[in-house]
Parts: sequence; structure tokens; C-alpha cells
Amino acid sequence: MTPEPQSSVPAGAPAPSPARPGRERHPRRGRYGARRGRHGTRRGQYGVHLFLAAVSLVFAAPLLLAVHASLRPYEETARHGYLSWPKKLSFAYYHEAYTSSGMGRHFLNTLVIAVPAVVVTLFLAAFVAFAVARLRLRGGLALLMFFTAGNLLPPQVLVTPLYVLFLRIDLPWWMSDSMSLYDSYWAVVVVNIGFQLGFCVFVLAQFMRTLPQDILEAAVVDGAGVWTRFWRITLPLCRPALAALATLEFTWIYNDFLWALVFLSDPDKLPVTSALNNLRGQFFTDHNLLAAGSILVALPTILVFLLLQRHFVAGLTLGAGKG
Amino acid sequence: MRERGAPVSQRIAGTARSAGRRPVRRFRRRDVAVVGALLGMAVLLDVVVVWGPALASVGLSFTSWDGLGDIRWVGGDNYANLVRDHPAFWPAVRHNLLWVAFLGLVATPFGLLLAVLVDRGVRFSRFYQSVLYLPVVLSLAVVGFMAQLLLGTDQGVVNTVIGDGRDPVDWLGDPRVNLWMMMLAASWRHTGYVMILYLAGLKSVDPTLKEAAALDGASERQTFFHVTLPALRPVNVVVGVITVIEALRAFDIVYAVNKGRNGLELLSVLITDNIIGEASRIGFGSAIAVVLLGFSLVFVVTFLAHEWRGAHDT
Repeated sequence: MTPEPQSSVPAGAPAPSPARPGRERHPRRGRYGARRGRHGTRRGQYGVHLFLAAVSLVFAAPLLLAVHASLRPYEETARHGYLSWPKKLSFAYYHEAYTSSGMGRHFLNTLVIAVPAVVVTLFLAAFVAFAVARLRLRGGLALLMFFTAGNLLPPQVLVTPLYVLFLRIDLPWWMSDSMSLYDSYWAVVVVNIGFQLGFCVFVLAQFMRTLPQDILEAAVVDGAGVWTRFWRITLPLCRPALAALATLEFTWIYNDFLWALVFLSDPDKLPVTSALNNLRGQFFTDHNLLAAGSILVALPTILVFLLLQRHFVAGLTLGAGKG
Repeated sequence: MRERGAPVSQRIAGTARSAGRRPVRRFRRRDVAVVGALLGMAVLLDVVVVWGPALASVGLSFTSWDGLGDIRWVGGDNYANLVRDHPAFWPAVRHNLLWVAFLGLVATPFGLLLAVLVDRGVRFSRFYQSVLYLPVVLSLAVVGFMAQLLLGTDQGVVNTVIGDGRDPVDWLGDPRVNLWMMMLAASWRHTGYVMILYLAGLKSVDPTLKEAAALDGASERQTFFHVTLPALRPVNVVVGVITVIEALRAFDIVYAVNKGRNGLELLSVLITDNIIGEASRIGFGSAIAVVLLGFSLVFVVTFLAHEWRGAHDT
């Protein structure tokens, strides 16, 4: 859960002094060391601990309760309430939640949507950010505004025209069994890419502005084309930002509810977030079953976060304190 | 030298022109193709998926349409109906604005506070950071369900703890309290998100600034408000925009609890109901969407104008 701060960050993470490649390799180690020293005074430390521990407990409580509920039979919690001491614990609800809602298929649907969407979004956004921040094209700032502002529109504003548009675009049967863009994964993927592009362009452009310019100039002198400068030189330096964005974007697209609801009509194609509704009975809902389902649905995003969290904070530098 | 790979004729042409327009030489024909293709693809996608539909929505809001028949121009009728006759409209506007205020005045400052505390680097701060961020990765549908688990009338944890069996509070059904409960649940997620953004910002604030302030005898509080916070200005803008947008977009969580009825009306829910509900009043739904667009533009333009003005100063 808590990797050591010393854990190696990929080379080239932007640091307070990105100009010297030799010092870039472990920016965190140096910074953490300094921080410890600076705040070494014990005054107030216990207060901070107490406060953070209390808030963490409150924040984790709903999740812990859901886990607790999911492990207990309904009859027991119905009689004694959720806070009672458990007599019988089992994983039966997880099995039931997984099978009775057809969660396996819906998980697959979500992956079919989220993986291409995240990859394409990051690729296109990285190139736009590169063009704006590194190539210094004329009109770069306008381009940045064009993309960033687009991300700020509420999605509901876009729903109707897209719905109508997708209904009218025909696709061959091998691309979509509904023969149109509507009710196909393509629709959801394309909309997710277009809609998330703005945020990624913004974050990546801010990040790329902190990279040293002389590496690129050296590459230009060596005759490197735009593609080489982008793919071979800039992208590897952006790994922390890309990791942070991949985590965020995967979470958002995974959790998306609206686009799938609007653009997919076949219940078999719906992503996993909608599968939870299959666990609700018409007159009676077993909350413990629903709790198990919720945890199963939340598990992939939690795993992705824990795997990538090391890069998370380093990669989200939004351009603060550059000088 | 730079154009080693280019054909001779082009190189000569390049040197001939280079006196006037130097930057052009940096791009060969292949480079122009790469930039054009990839930038073009991104721009096209954004136009088709985001800007085109947004403008189309504005257009549709002046028409009457059920999605199948003819589109009829009705001028401002939809807006007039909305303001005068639609019973859920004003409650939804009020709820959305309250949501903005709550996230902006409670959840966001709390996230900043947590970020500052975690950033002090006490032991286990990594652990605290992970736990506090955890709610962010949950889907709002899951959050809505957890709210039911905690706040349900009969078996909900809160009511069990309060232990008033005779007259249990219906936290999610009672229109006087349910909106507040939803805003608390939304803040649960929002706080962690804000915290992580500020944490990233705090780590990139030049530590020598703080040291200089400390040497000059500034207290920790003074240092924070007069040195650190101003240095975080770009992050403040981003967080401000994100807060407003999240508040105006709020949809999944109320939809998961009770489909946004009975005290939980929000503009986003009204739009969805009108457009994909049975009524299929697309023109009318678009008018609500335009109102929502108006709200977000007011906030976002204010923030960005502030940011630009600040950027020009430095």
C-alpha cells in the first residue's frame, strides 16, 4: 500500500532543476530528505497525525463497511444491523454477484471501451501538447484553448446532436452488428477520446513546458525530424505525466455512466458500471449482494491506482512554481 | 547542416529563403505531413465530438423536435416554458448552485488543508495519501450505493448508530436533507481529488522561497498565505475550474440513488430525462443544456480571464 519514497522513478522525471540530467534520476529522494530535515521539529506532529488518522478513518469507513457487509449473510445483518459483530463470514456473495449479473461479460465490455480510448487519447493529446509546447507553432495558445475549453462543456450539452449523428452514420457489419455507429463500441470510444482530449492536452502541455529545451535543439541540429523529436525524445521524458494521466483517464472512462447509457441500447454491450443495476431486484434488493458487486466493480480502478500511484503526484505537476 | 536529409534542390531553396523566414527551415516536407495529419486528426475529432454538437445544441434549443419528425423553429418558446412552467427547473438551478457552493467552499478548502498536512511529510503520509485518494477511483454509481448502505432508513448504519427506532430519518428520501447527504457523498470523492492536485502543486513549489520567508521571520501561517498560496496560482485556477465543472456535471450519484427525483433534481438529470426519456422533447432538453452551458461558461471564463491577466503580469 505504501511504497517507499525512495522507489526508483523513471529517469528523466522533471525535477526542480531539470537542466542537469545527472541530478534528475532520483528527484524524490533528494527532496524527501530535505523535507524531513526542514520539518524535523516535533512540534505539532502529533496533532497532524491525529487529524490525518481520524480523517483517513472517516474516509475509509464506507469502504470498510461495504466490505464488512458483503461478507455477511443478509438474514444476519437484517436482524442485527450492519454494525453487529459477525457470526458467519463468507465470499458467497462475491460469487453470486459475479455470476448473476453477468459481470464477466460487462468487464470485458468496459475493457473494450476503456483501453483503446485511453491509449488513443494519450497519444493524440501528447502530440498536440508537443506541437503547442515544444514546436512553438504559431497559434499554439489558441489551439490549447480550443482543446481545453472543449473539455469544460458539460457532457449533457453534447448528447442530443451526437445521438442523432451516430444514428445516421452507417457502419459495415464487421464493424458494428447494429449497422450504425449508434449502439456500437466505436461510438463510446470516439466520444470518450474526443471528450477527454482537452484535459490531457492541458496537463501534458504544462508538463512539457518544464522540460529542458536544449535536448530538442540538439536533436534539431542532428537532423531529427518532428516524429523522432516527439516519439524518441519528448515522450520518454513525459513518462510520469503519462502514467498519472493514464490512471486518471482509465478511472474516468471506466466509471463513465452517461455515454454508455445514451449510445448503447443492447443491454449485453453495457459496461460494468451498469451491471450493478442487474443486482437490484424489482421489489427487493439484497444490499449485501450489492455491496459485494460494488467492491468487485471498484477493484480494477483501485488496483490501477495502487500500481501507478508512485508516478502519480510527480506526473500531475500543473505548472506551479516554475521559477 | 540542419537539412542534411533534404534533397539538394530543396536545400538550396531553403537557404535562399532562409534570410527572411528562419523557422520554416525547421520543418521538412515529411515533418509538415506528420504535424498536419496528427494535429488535423485531433482537431477534427474535437470539432466532431465536442464543438460541433455544442453549437448544434444551441441551435436545437430554439426548435421543437421529437427526434423523428420535422424540426420546427419555435424561437424562444422553450426558454419561456422552462422559466415559467417547468416545475423542476428552478429547484434544479438552486440545487446546482448550492452544489457549486458546497464543493467550492467546503470540499475544496478541505482538500487543500489535507494536501498541506500530508505534504509536511510526517510518517505514514504516503499511507494517508492513498486512503484519502481512494474514494476518487470509485464510480459515482458505487458512491451512490454506499450512501444507501450508510444512510438507508431501516438498516442504514447511521440510523442504527443513532438508534431512534420509532421515527427514523429518511436521509435519502426526505427532500429537506437528501440533497445535503448527496453533496457530502460527492465531497467525499472531490476532496481526495483536490488534495492530489494540490499535493502535486506543493511539491513543485520552490523550497527556497519558503526558506527565505522563514529566515525573514515569517510564521508558518504567514508563509503559507503569503508565499505558498500565491505560488500555487496555476493550480488554484485548475482546481477552481474542476470544482465548478464537477459540480455542474453531477449526475451519476443522484441518478444511482433515485433517478434524480424528490428533492434531488439537477439540471443534468432534467436534460437526460427530456432527451432520452419517453417524452423525447429534444428541443426542450437542449434549452436546459444551453442554460447549463451558460452557467459553466460564466464560471470558467471568469477563472481563465483571471489566470490570463495573472500570466501577463509575470
